[in-house]
Amino acid sequence: MAAESEGAIDPIHQFVIEPMFHLGGLTVTNSAAYMIAILVVATFVMIIGTAPKALVPGRLQSLGEVAYEFVASTVRGSAGHEGMRFFPLVFSLFMFVLIANLIGLIPFTFSVTSHIIVTFALAAIVILTVILYGFYKNGLHFLGLFVPSGVSPVLLPLLVLIEVISFISRPISLSVRLFANMLAGHITLNVFGGFVAMLLASGTWAVILSPLPFAMTVALSALELLVAFLQAYVFAILTCVYLNDAIHPGH
Amino acid sequence: MASTEQTNTEVGHDGGHASGVFPPFDPSTFGSQLLWLAIIFGALYLLMSRVGLPRVEGILAARKAAHDSDLAEAARLRAETEDAIASFEKALADAHAHAEEIGQSTRDKLNAEIIAKRKAFDAELTANLDAEEHTIAANKTKAMQNVGEIATESTIAIIQHLTGQAPSAADASAAVRHVSNA
Repeated sequence: MAAESEGAIDPIHQFVIEPMFHLGGLTVTNSAAYMIAILVVATFVMIIGTAPKALVPGRLQSLGEVAYEFVASTVRGSAGHEGMRFFPLVFSLFMFVLIANLIGLIPFTFSVTSHIIVTFALAAIVILTVILYGFYKNGLHFLGLFVPSGVSPVLLPLLVLIEVISFISRPISLSVRLFANMLAGHITLNVFGGFVAMLLASGTWAVILSPLPFAMTVALSALELLVAFLQAYVFAILTCVYLNDAIHPGH
Repeated sequence: MASTEQTNTEVGHDGGHASGVFPPFDPSTFGSQLLWLAIIFGALYLLMSRVGLPRVEGILAARKAAHDSDLAEAARLRAETEDAIASFEKALADAHAHAEEIGQSTRDKLNAEIIAKRKAFDAELTANLDAEEHTIAANKTKAMQNVGEIATESTIAIIQHLTGQAPSAADASAAVRHVSNA
């Protein structure tokens, strides 16, 4: 999948991480710079935007309130009222993933969430929270999560095995889902965008075909916008579902 | 993803073309990404949980409180209006009743007056009638007495005319009385 020749489409290049500058002893890579941008955008909306504390909100404050109420209702809906203690975590995860995905949609930018290590680290935060809080709140009763009730003793070992495997696969599925969606979407967009450039640069009759991949790029951009939001939402709601298991481990 | 060229310590790519490793699976970038993610996500979590979310919560709570107090105020005003309407209607009903009362008492008074007047008039009329009847009866009696006298006189005149000599008044009157009594 590496670049074959000069001028050819290299849809992988957009995922390369390279140092941009040094900040003290830290190397600020493009990934780090976009993470900082995420923090800046989130702070802008949620802290600067809500600073007026207006009774009748302005645009930016409305945005912050909508984000708050959206995530709060998601948490309440899937993890109950007790789940609200994890609301800041779910909210931070949702905002981080959403803003990362949305920034990545701007052409020539970098998607932080298109790297498996980032999505896996986020998923690991969720699963570690689930495990630690599950044992803290329920003690060994938390292990009842792996023992379905009302099952014949013959099938029980098999089902416990399945439950354990499904639990272990959670961080993997959670991280790979987000990573793969972002990766595939960006590669597709890049490939179709590259076709436009190639057709235009070909200098032959094929130039007239260039609107076709361009239309495709436009349509895919709209789809990717949906995916960007949807994946952030899926990440948040699955986090809530998993946290709900830690709060109420009984099946 | 066998790491063949992962000898670089830092984020080691010159534009990514040199390495054959697919960038998202390049372990040499993992450390840097995890470090930055920890810094940024930690900062994001702190900012959101300490500042952003409590502030929005406060805004929403303040709005709800304002909304509730406005609704309570509206309910209070409506109750006040309803009280005012009720007291107005009560006053109206009282006034109606009072007017009715006044009308009734006036009517009764007038009726009583009319009846009294009519009675007085009736009494007066009856008295007049009785007086007239008395007069008539007296006149009649008088006239009847006069009739005897006239008859006596006529008898004297007739007898004088017939016989040429006048009977005594006493004879004539006795004769008349005798005839009229027969």
